[in-house]
Amino acid sequence: MNAVHTVAGNPTALDVAAIRRDFPVLERTVRGLPLSYLDNAASSQRPRAVIDAMSRYYETSHANVHRGVHTLSQEATDLFEGAREKVRRFINAKSTREIIFVRGTTEAINLVAQSYGRPTLGPGDEILVSWLEHHANIVPWQMLCQQTGATLKVAPITTSGEVDFDAFAALLASRTKLVALAHVSNALGTVIPVQRFIAAARARGVPVLLDGAQAVPHMTVDVQALDCDFYAFSGHKMCGPTGIGVLYGRESLLNAMPPWQGGGDMILAVSFEKTVYNGLPYKFEAGTPDIAGAIGLGAAIDYLETLGMERIAAAELALLAYANEQLATVPGLRFVGTAPEKAAVVSFTIDGVHPHDLGTILDHEGVAIRTGHHCAMPVMDFFGLPATARASFAFYNTRAEIDRLVVALHTAREMLG
Amino acid sequence: MDLKDLYRDVIVDHNRHPRNFREIPDADRRADGFNPLCGDKLTVFVKLDGGRISDVSFNGSGCAISIASASLLTESVKGKTIAEAEGLFSQMHQLLTRDDIDIDVTRLGKLGALSGVREFPARVKCASLCWHTLDAALHQQEQVSTE
Repeated sequence: MNAVHTVAGNPTALDVAAIRRDFPVLERTVRGLPLSYLDNAASSQRPRAVIDAMSRYYETSHANVHRGVHTLSQEATDLFEGAREKVRRFINAKSTREIIFVRGTTEAINLVAQSYGRPTLGPGDEILVSWLEHHANIVPWQMLCQQTGATLKVAPITTSGEVDFDAFAALLASRTKLVALAHVSNALGTVIPVQRFIAAARARGVPVLLDGAQAVPHMTVDVQALDCDFYAFSGHKMCGPTGIGVLYGRESLLNAMPPWQGGGDMILAVSFEKTVYNGLPYKFEAGTPDIAGAIGLGAAIDYLETLGMERIAAAELALLAYANEQLATVPGLRFVGTAPEKAAVVSFTIDGVHPHDLGTILDHEGVAIRTGHHCAMPVMDFFGLPATARASFAFYNTRAEIDRLVVALHTAREMLG
Repeated sequence: MDLKDLYRDVIVDHNRHPRNFREIPDADRRADGFNPLCGDKLTVFVKLDGGRISDVSFNGSGCAISIASASLLTESVKGKTIAEAEGLFSQMHQLLTRDDIDIDVTRLGKLGALSGVREFPARVKCASLCWHTLDAALHQQEQVSTE
């Protein structure tokens, strides 16, 4: 069971010290120093509840799912399908038929490109993305364009790192067949006001896919309220395991789409003359799935829900505000991405110190951040930068860890600046 | 291992004030080097006089290790024959990647300042990018990537 970790007398504030004890990795040291893990946008850490749920499954209930009448197969199936129901409830989908387990956000987007896009797009058709996208929401569409003769259109961004809505609306045309948009930018942290973009697209009958990898861990996501058609996210960024993720799809669209991989579980009957495909969601889940991964993801959702997504969001935004304030005191530091609404991600550069050197120097102080292009090279090109340093916070981070980051940045400046 | 083993004074100096950081407009050989992991981009220019490197320079952007390494490279291969430069490349490759053999660092002169890099596996490509790029230029390949 997960305990509710709130500060005594204040049910809206999380007790971070208690939460940190749930994450075994946060107890370790790096080079003799405590670990300050500020690379959560790349991958978050796991609470013991997730690790235990997966171990328990392997130790007591593992068998293949949807196949056997024996006890273990039934238990494994119940746990696996139970996780699907937790995901459905977490993002408020109408039905578990709309919840497809995949390897991660990348695979979810590739699935939509190949199963939705490939049969329906042709020369002259357009796919509209934004300049903020992660490579995973660019390359699958470029591959689709090569396969179908369709064209990729890109909505520009502003110097604050926001998607230019007017330019986006102007690019929506009768030829637009799909809009694919980040919910939260991984490189800059910008929260895109997606409802406005979705409304504009739907007014023209254009389906919308949201890349929610950076949104689901940090805010309440309701796919029905968003009214999007596809929503993709990954387990490992939300305290769940690697190798598991989710594609939500509107049932009517998923029903019309052909399977994208063939194999076991996605069929009802096979003969050499004809194969009858299974119904949703199994039609898109060929082969033995990542059962333990799904169970771990379900446990991560339980954990996050116990803390409460509103409390998580509030704690992370408080950390962001503190980080912005403290980082602004570092001479030569420039923020990259200054949208008014952001997730707890700070991308920055320091005059005279290359981000890659920052990464090494900070690691020596026990502070883990990401440096590089963040799989968003067009964003870097837009700002004329080869790379940035990026600190990204989770609800288990503390102000003291941000202080250590700031001290380490001063060290880096003294050493190389 | 200490950060000072990586960022020695020579490295910091060559990063702040890179030598031969310029284009050679009438270069006989040139090549572009790219490290996709960190976005480092270098161009190495070579002027040849017979089989000898009469001038060598570079420009581009990168971290302290890659800029300092390129700067040190230009100082060390100027005036050398192509064969001598390739000999240095192979010694540098050993210096950066092999901790199982003893390399006489004193014979490498200032280049020996990069010996600390092998303790930082994630940074070896930063130091070797310029050498791979020089090698590509000498072999008349136009592009090299460390991936």
